[in-house]
Amino acid sequence: MFVASLVAPADFEGWRSAARTALALGIEPEHMSFSVEGEAGELFAEPLPPMPKGTAPAFVPRAFPDLAGLLVCNSDPERFRLAYRLLWRLQNEKALLEIVSDPDVSRAQEMAKAVRRDSHKMKAFVRFREIETPEGRHYIAWFEPFHHVVELTAPFFMRRFTGMVWSILTPKRSVHWDGVELDFGPGASADQKPADDDMEALWLTYYASIFNPARLKVKAMQAEMPKKYWHNLPEAALIDPLIKGAEAAARRMIENAPTLPSLRHEKNAERMMAQRGLDEVFAGFNKRPDDLQEAREQAKNCRACPLWEPATQTVFGEGPADAPVIFVGEQPGDQEDLAGHPFVGPAGKVFDAALAAAGVDRRQAYVTNAVKHFKFEPRGKRRIHAKPNMGEVKVCRWWLQIEREMIRPKLIVALGATAAASVLGKTVTIRDTRSRLIDLDEGTKLLVTVHPSYILRLPDAAAKAREQAAFEEDMALAKDFVPEIALG
Amino acid sequence: MAQTTLIDKLAILSDAAKYDASCASSGSTKRDSSKTKGIGSTEGSGICHAYAPDGRCISLLKILLTNFCIYDCVYCINRSSSNVARARFSVDEVVELTLNFYKRNYIEGLFLSSGIIRNSDYTMEEMVRVARKLRLEHGFAGYIHLKTIPDASPALIEEAGLFADRLSINIELPTDLSLGALAPEKAPRDIKRSMGHLRLKIEEHKGEKKDRARPKKFAPGGQSTQMIIGADGSDDDAVLSRSENLYGNYRLRRVYYSAFSPIPDASSRLPLAKPPLMREHRLYQADWLMRFYGFERGEIVSGGIGGMLDLSIDPKLAWALKNRGRFPVDVNRADRETLLRVPGFGTKAVDRILSTRRHRTLRLDDVAKLCHSVERVRPFVSALDWSPGGLTDREHLRPLVAPKAEQLSLF
Repeated sequence: MFVASLVAPADFEGWRSAARTALALGIEPEHMSFSVEGEAGELFAEPLPPMPKGTAPAFVPRAFPDLAGLLVCNSDPERFRLAYRLLWRLQNEKALLEIVSDPDVSRAQEMAKAVRRDSHKMKAFVRFREIETPEGRHYIAWFEPFHHVVELTAPFFMRRFTGMVWSILTPKRSVHWDGVELDFGPGASADQKPADDDMEALWLTYYASIFNPARLKVKAMQAEMPKKYWHNLPEAALIDPLIKGAEAAARRMIENAPTLPSLRHEKNAERMMAQRGLDEVFAGFNKRPDDLQEAREQAKNCRACPLWEPATQTVFGEGPADAPVIFVGEQPGDQEDLAGHPFVGPAGKVFDAALAAAGVDRRQAYVTNAVKHFKFEPRGKRRIHAKPNMGEVKVCRWWLQIEREMIRPKLIVALGATAAASVLGKTVTIRDTRSRLIDLDEGTKLLVTVHPSYILRLPDAAAKAREQAAFEEDMALAKDFVPEIALG
Repeated sequence: MAQTTLIDKLAILSDAAKYDASCASSGSTKRDSSKTKGIGSTEGSGICHAYAPDGRCISLLKILLTNFCIYDCVYCINRSSSNVARARFSVDEVVELTLNFYKRNYIEGLFLSSGIIRNSDYTMEEMVRVARKLRLEHGFAGYIHLKTIPDASPALIEEAGLFADRLSINIELPTDLSLGALAPEKAPRDIKRSMGHLRLKIEEHKGEKKDRARPKKFAPGGQSTQMIIGADGSDDDAVLSRSENLYGNYRLRRVYYSAFSPIPDASSRLPLAKPPLMREHRLYQADWLMRFYGFERGEIVSGGIGGMLDLSIDPKLAWALKNRGRFPVDVNRADRETLLRVPGFGTKAVDRILSTRRHRTLRLDDVAKLCHSVERVRPFVSALDWSPGGLTDREHLRPLVAPKAEQLSLF
């Protein structure tokens, strides 16, 4: 039996060099033990001989040092031996750590988990108290961890409270931060714990007030804040009285009859009501809008088809009220729905590029959609565009008709089959109608072309380029017919 | 009015904030104070510093700037028609309280909400002042969550996003119609538009991989919302379909469900009952299944009856009992998606199974070591030495796998 002595309860470096030596000497795990200075060690064990010269470095998978680093912080007396046994076995069983059902691996993982949890609880449950010293303010905490986690956790407090001078005292270790470096020392005793400071009363008030007595769930609380930590948490003293009073407090909330609202509220409510009444008349549906602006306001409240509820907002047309050209798309997409403006998403980019190539100024034209709400199907965190059906197109035509009648353009450009169907009031194919001027009424002609998202969706680059060029030609055709929309 | 002390104000304004379920301080970017020599850090996952006896974690100082409010939302304790005690913090008081609590390691940061005073912009501006002061004057690097006012001006929301880790806007109720009825001043349209605006801003500030200059951080912890359960008549299907809509439309990090709890001086239009805590719990489980387990809303709801989830068993088990044809699942061959559907297997258990079975063929004993309770999963899996045989199809399977009914008691 051999023994290696370690300087501290979580002396990872000491364990590591001893374990390497033992491995090089071929000492089997059953014959190896570790003892921490000041603690009782193995009887009849001989000290570990020095590392033989010229030993090749031991093999370990990347995950092992991390696991062993946590393992040695556990308070279980078997921790060092278990870590060594894993190291030994890893020499022949290279994938050992991935076999989670192996007893050594699962034990090690449980022990590492307990350490991580204790370290986490230290981050959560350390409570500093402020004291005034001649050198300035000093924040001191008393904490009792269950494992050897002070060294492991101190850097967290250093990163978080860099600008403070603080100490954390625990029974086995203490750590101090002076703003420059961490200094670890021996354990402290509970009577070194500072008296409460003036913030504690506020904290207790907060703790008592944020608790909702109607939702008592004591088990859930204890699962996360085990009783073993309570004696160092100032707020824990409130737990029992809060629980005991909860039932009565919740009953009072229910039983007390509602009081009458104050006069101030009544007056306010009256004023708000009057205000809202006006808004509703303004956006009223009983009345045909007088101008485009009024139509836009009304459309915000449109519930003519079920698309309004899942969508974010109505995306109405935009552009000058006397624009000579109206571009009509199918419906707003994901980005348009969020932004509230037509053609701002990926298809809008294709559209803008084609207009630029053809020398058309988008600001001179009116841009809108056949359907004013985004229709989609939810798919996890995405929204999949869904084609509006003829019913939806038909209902929404009401708005497009208003836009047409108020703007009276020379030309309407229908982007895609849905737009063409909405303008014409009947289904047509792009192939039969595309790229020629169709008479709509005495003052307006229609030009049908593809929707820019069609180009976007083409998988092959050659087809994409061909379609892009054809689309640009259509835009140029529009410009030739209505030169007012040319870039100045 | 008599002068109220800081401690009185804190009592009133934290009491008024306890109906908001969110207290998370996770999901933001890593930062600490080692360079600035100030205080504060966030390291990805949040820390709960205490737990209240209602089982909820206390991670942030959750307070209202004021509980005065010009709105009259029926479900809200701070509505203008309620006669609760009112108070208002100054900006400096909130800043000092946050810093002092933080320095004692009581909290991870601040969650600031407010009743609406004067108008939306005035209120939002005050909240932004708190965040600005903490960040710019005190170099505070802890977590800040601001509850934004839906119809505040976009410029204010944008400024809020530069200081806050997370922004949220409460959707409050499962349907636009019930919101219209119970919160007359809140327009669902404003809430959705605000969420849409936030999503666009958050995405814009993430920048593209190819960008040389990193854009400024904007609400790196994303946005979240809260929905009140049980104040109106909506069923679970309506609730989950609202969540599905919110996750998909606005990429929310979290939808919080808050079982409607009786409030002092409640309106007579509200249910006067204990909050439906179990319903809230089942909804969180269902939400989890949608986000991490590949379940669709329709599948989850179909496990219950008439649009409501089964209260006595969890939604995954309810689904499995109605879809026994999909079981048993072979733990040695099934893919990840299929394993995730086994009642009793969480994501961690599935990861362990996948990792271990690359090296050995699993027996039921191995499975027992990898999951929480082998009794629960037995009827739904097969392993090298185990086949459930007729067990999966047994008529009385439910009592075997359902948790035993518990005697309810207060302590």
